[in-house]
Amino acid sequence: MAAGVAAWLPFARAAAIGWMPVANCPMPLAPADKNKRQDELIILNVSGRRFQTWRTTLERYPDTLLGSTEKEFFFNEDTKEYFFDRDPEVFRCVLNFYRTGKLHYPRYECISAYDDELAFYGILPEIIGDCCYEEYKDRKRENAERLMDDNDSENNQESMPSLSFRQTMWRAFENPHTSTLALVFYYVTGFFIAVSVITNVVETVPCGTVPGSKELPCGERYSVAFFCLDTACVMIFTVEYLLRLFAPPSRYRFIRSVMSIIDVVAIMPYYIGLVMTDNEDVSGAFVTLRVFRVFRIFKFSRHSQGLRILGYTLKSCASELGFLLFSLTMAIIIFATVMFYAEKGSSASKFTSIPASFWYTIVTMTTLGYGDMVPKTIAGKIFGSICSLSGVLVIALPVPVIVSNFSRIYHQNQRADKRRAQKKARLARIRVAKTGSSNAYLHSKRNGLLNEALELTGTPEDEHMGKTTSLIESQHHHLLHCLEKTTNHEFIDEQMFEQNCMESSMQNYPSTRSPSLSSHPGLTTTCCSRRSKKTTHLPNSNLPATRLRSMQELSTIHIQGSEQPSLTTSRSSLNLKADDGLRPNCKTSQITTAIISIPTPPALTPEGESRPPPASPGPNTNIPSIASNVVKVSAL
Amino acid sequence: MGAVMGTFSSLQTKQRRPSKDKIEDELEMTIVCHRPEGLEQLEAQTNFTKRELQVLYRGFKNECPSGVVNEETFKQIYAQFFPHGDASTYAHYLFNAFDTTQTGSVKFEDFVTALSILLRGTVHEKLRWTFNLYDINKDGYINKEEMIDIVKAIYDMMGKYTYPVLKEDTPRQHVDVFFQKMDKNKDGIVTLDEFLESCQEDDNIMRSLQLFQNVM
Repeated sequence: MAAGVAAWLPFARAAAIGWMPVANCPMPLAPADKNKRQDELIILNVSGRRFQTWRTTLERYPDTLLGSTEKEFFFNEDTKEYFFDRDPEVFRCVLNFYRTGKLHYPRYECISAYDDELAFYGILPEIIGDCCYEEYKDRKRENAERLMDDNDSENNQESMPSLSFRQTMWRAFENPHTSTLALVFYYVTGFFIAVSVITNVVETVPCGTVPGSKELPCGERYSVAFFCLDTACVMIFTVEYLLRLFAPPSRYRFIRSVMSIIDVVAIMPYYIGLVMTDNEDVSGAFVTLRVFRVFRIFKFSRHSQGLRILGYTLKSCASELGFLLFSLTMAIIIFATVMFYAEKGSSASKFTSIPASFWYTIVTMTTLGYGDMVPKTIAGKIFGSICSLSGVLVIALPVPVIVSNFSRIYHQNQRADKRRAQKKARLARIRVAKTGSSNAYLHSKRNGLLNEALELTGTPEDEHMGKTTSLIESQHHHLLHCLEKTTNHEFIDEQMFEQNCMESSMQNYPSTRSPSLSSHPGLTTTCCSRRSKKTTHLPNSNLPATRLRSMQELSTIHIQGSEQPSLTTSRSSLNLKADDGLRPNCKTSQITTAIISIPTPPALTPEGESRPPPASPGPNTNIPSIASNVVKVSAL
Repeated sequence: MGAVMGTFSSLQTKQRRPSKDKIEDELEMTIVCHRPEGLEQLEAQTNFTKRELQVLYRGFKNECPSGVVNEETFKQIYAQFFPHGDASTYAHYLFNAFDTTQTGSVKFEDFVTALSILLRGTVHEKLRWTFNLYDINKDGYINKEEMIDIVKAIYDMMGKYTYPVLKEDTPRQHVDVFFQKMDKNKDGIVTLDEFLESCQEDDNIMRSLQLFQNVM
């Protein structure tokens, strides 16, 4: 519950008087205010700067240092004040959190110092208000990256003999500066990539004439030499690829990565060529395959950080570039169509079709103007000039505007995405807080009931159960309890509600079946069947018997209300699964009988006798969860 | 020509003036602030001690720095206490009960007066306040529709996940039970006297009215 709102709890409770005439049942007793102290000022001395506040202000958040009894450790008897040897600047923010309920992050503060202070005072940073949350997260992320970088460089320098051979190899591949061998490997592969690319290029240069034949490209003249070079390069690349294939921790992911695909594409043509040399028909295709050898140049991106960044930039601007391309395409199609129809009339026109006019349009719009296609008609010339003028506008002018615009929109989108993610996170936090408070109520109900059940047997085990809830919390829970009494319905959590829905839809089991359960008198507990109203007689009769047996296990009972619904997923498996859970106590023959379900704790309300006794027959048929919980444990 | 210019200018000034007023209006709305009467006066008017009034005012001012609560804030504050369901309808009726002067905002005096009745008032006063709460249109009578609205608002606060499952006509049934008890002459409406009489006959109600004695 928010801090300031806790101050309005008296008002909410007073307003509850409005329900009283409507309610049919008596209300539960209010929690007693044991220590009704007058509100007093307390002095907090933080490194010499004195802060003063009301005691109740600090008690709004009982699970922090200042709100709990932990601050008594810092109480100075001589000066009658609480002394903290911490930063007073950050303490200002912390104290404002107690006052206003909102935690702010000052921008000038170092993030790790701030985190340390928050940890000291027991405040979770997640509750930083939305106004400062983005800044906080950004700084936190930067800090984390810095720490990671530091760690990485640390790791690189220290030797790690415990790594396996495979792991060392992977590290060597990813980061050539780790060892000399890796560096050598790195440079060797780089050299061979360069050699391979240069070979491909030089192959096609005409190499001077061999006497008696026409001019040949070098590739054909010194074909053996070039072939040897190519073989050497491909062998090196193959070995490298195989080594890279062996090393990574996740081979599947490595195979799918871009670099490995480039590697494969770079060396495949050679092997395909080896296989296919004798077949003349496919030599044309083989020649085409050689084009792919140029992809070896992309292998350089492993060696060049800049190339990688360029590739990443293009990938991230893909949508903007796509839009640019799309608008260009539109303009090209428009102008090509216009030019085609304009030039249709002239004879010997090169504009034979619209696709043929595309070439003209592109050349004109990019202001290249090769001159291989020129319009001859007047209309064609007019439209051609419009085309070239608009080309300047379409391409040259907006590109910087678009680029800067899209960069701005891109960042805005990032921020919008961030804000959306933060909004989701914020709503999730609010939801968690809400369910936390509603769950807190349900938990305290179960705890309270267990406490009362404990008191039935009169053992001083009350220390085990339930944590001490603050006075405000107990008053709030009392208020919710009054609401339950007014409306004669109870709060339950979502899973139980769905179970109930399932049950009520399957209410075909007649109540006549339940007497068959009562035919097993030997059972201390029976499988549960739940009708619309429960009896409260059973627990009192059963509890003492089972309670004595399981006294020591009580402290280990976890209220498994939330676990149990997982047992009951489908109707058909309902009986079986419930049997699994309560096997020692239920006879499996009861599968045919009434609905087995896990009842909710609130059934056990010793004070709730005002609820009319249910119509179900026999006390043996019903069992509240407390007993069933106990039963589960005592089944040992 | 001059006449045309003259009419133009007058038109423009006419248009300009309302917009200036609008700005001033906006300024007024944002800086509306209310200070309560003195502590002694409030102490005389209510059943609280000075200290209690101090604590109350500090909490009030903390949540509403401007000194008045409007309905939205009221609903938000009340909804915080009932995370399971929707408390806005009941908060609306509560707001109308607190806002005795029907101004649309609750000042600290109204707040404290109502709290004084609820926490420190006599049984008679409490019942009268409750009657006023139920009487939505403030005509002095509670009819069935008003009661159904109130009870439905109370049930709304329970939310969806209840045991047993809330059915459509549960509020109506509840109201029927209520009317059976309260409506003595069975004329379909409950007057203040009938209400007071029936409540004073019911021990449960009497006991529960004393429940929040020690809230402050």
